[in-house]
Amino acid sequence: MKITRKDFLRLSGLSVLAAGAVRTFEAAKAAGQSAIRPLRGSGGAPRKQLAMAIDLRKCRQRPGCDLCMKACRDAHNVPVIADPRHEVKWIWNAPFAEVFPLEQSAYTERNYTGSPLPVLCNHCDEPACVRVCPTGATWKRSEDGIVMMDWHRCIGCKYCMVACPYEARSFNFVDPRPYIEHINSDFPTRSMGVVEKCNFCAERLAAGKQPACVEACPANAIAFGDSSDPNSPVCLALSASFSLRRKPELGTGPNVHSIV
Amino acid sequence: MFEKALAGGRRYWLWVGFLLAVSFLGLFDWVREQQIGLGVTALTRDVPWGLYIGQFVFFVGLGASALVVVLPYYLHNWKAFAKITLLGEILGMVSVFMAMLFIFVSMGRPMRLINVLWYPHPNSLIFWDINVLSGYVLLNAIVTTTILWSERQGIAPPRWTRFLVMLSLPWAVSIHTVTAFILCGLVARPYWLTPLMAPRFLASAFTSGAALLALLALLMRRLGVFDVGEEAIQKLRTIATYCLLTHVFFDLNEIFTVFYSRIPEHVAHIDYLFAGLDGNDLYAPWMQLSALFALAALAIFLIPALRNRSSLLPWACAFAFFSMLIEKGLGLMVGGFVPTAFGVTAAYAPNLSEWTVVAGIWAFGALLITVLYKIALAVRAEAES
Repeated sequence: MKITRKDFLRLSGLSVLAAGAVRTFEAAKAAGQSAIRPLRGSGGAPRKQLAMAIDLRKCRQRPGCDLCMKACRDAHNVPVIADPRHEVKWIWNAPFAEVFPLEQSAYTERNYTGSPLPVLCNHCDEPACVRVCPTGATWKRSEDGIVMMDWHRCIGCKYCMVACPYEARSFNFVDPRPYIEHINSDFPTRSMGVVEKCNFCAERLAAGKQPACVEACPANAIAFGDSSDPNSPVCLALSASFSLRRKPELGTGPNVHSIV
Repeated sequence: MFEKALAGGRRYWLWVGFLLAVSFLGLFDWVREQQIGLGVTALTRDVPWGLYIGQFVFFVGLGASALVVVLPYYLHNWKAFAKITLLGEILGMVSVFMAMLFIFVSMGRPMRLINVLWYPHPNSLIFWDINVLSGYVLLNAIVTTTILWSERQGIAPPRWTRFLVMLSLPWAVSIHTVTAFILCGLVARPYWLTPLMAPRFLASAFTSGAALLALLALLMRRLGVFDVGEEAIQKLRTIATYCLLTHVFFDLNEIFTVFYSRIPEHVAHIDYLFAGLDGNDLYAPWMQLSALFALAALAIFLIPALRNRSSLLPWACAFAFFSMLIEKGLGLMVGGFVPTAFGVTAAYAPNLSEWTVVAGIWAFGALLITVLYKIALAVRAEAES
């Protein structure tokens, strides 16, 4: 059989197409596998990502408890501002129906209304706040996945607050220093006009300690650790119980889990 | 050329003095906001962007709308716009400058603005916006100054000005597109999450721009300062009509998708704006007024019996302008944030401090327009005589 140039071109075109199709199929298969891995938000190579699991069953046994929030305020010089319009919040209580609006039903309402749950920055796999920041004042730390902030570079444009689907960020509408209950001289205070949020206690982790909220909880309700390590406290806690994440459908890959 | 701005009658100096006074009032109020903190404004943790950013969006649009005179004049050789094109370019330049001031006053740490260029992050739309906005102001400043300078010398403008003018056309589209992209790429804000945002912005921008230019032209004729010619005004009316029609069509498209699909988190924002939610209906009368203004303007633009009455034209232009101003200059922001990510119907109403700063920037913009128009018209009058 004689192969003309035209045939040859046709044939090579077809083989390229076939090779491409096989690749796409394999990629789709791989994506399917990565989607059933419990903790990965975006797939890809397993990388260290700190995560948190809050066991609300333990929280519900201690109504009115706010020891985690108090420990956080004391550790990070978070001001207590009475005016809700100007509040600065790192970890705080919010009603179930507001945190998980899509999980709300007559049953969840009966069981969970009246027991608010702690919410904080989700240190997302794909943080929207980092994507929009015009100066790099907030970034995702590659070694452990913490979404960090530089309060000296922040220009106060508040774009990150607009982009965060969890409203985890606060702007210093007033000078926060007069509103700090006990100043911790080991941690910086913030100035007026910048944004701040939970930092997963990066400064305590560096000193080999657990986050302040984890340590302060008398019921050991908060499990913390590396989500790529199946034996970490957070993975063990999550593999034992059913949990929820806030708005996972947005593709941000939140890393704070609530065991309901 | 600036000496032309210093020769004016009593009426001129009173007007300039008034604008200067209001500008300084706004400046002092902004300094106070920076000293005490943005807590002085009505902005909150739930509504971190409000009147300032709304005004920013509106004025970027007004800036882009220079295109409605520049494009027909330079690309299609519409002689009717010979007298008004320069005025359109100046209006566009001043509007974008005002837009940049609105960004500046809404920042918590404006003195650190240089960080945006010092640590450039092209993944952020604000980085692009600051670049395209300052580029647009610069482009128009060079073009208008060169054209005026040439007219004064009695020579034709250098050929490169035409290149810059052509460049300014896609650039005008880009400034408003980038501004739309700031908002329409955020998963957190369903009200803004629509690919129709940039086209809607352009349609409303060209409506408000054509309407404002027609109004300014009518005002200058009335004051006996300058006459751009009846044909130019009529053509501006035609442009405003088509752009307003397009804008209303786009808005109805949004309404259909949202209310036929009835996705709760999309419905909630429009419900809040136009009807009120959880008893909070602060913006309902304003948004209804905006819709009513758009329809009234369309009626005057389209119905032959009304269209032919020249006394109604300024009304139609004013209706169109204020309809866009309400929808974009305030409603767009509030609708994006309320209800919040937690489903809370947060309250935000701009307070006196914000209105004062806004009045200051408006006055400063009006002052720039007054002075620059005076210079341009004086140079032209001199060149003609």
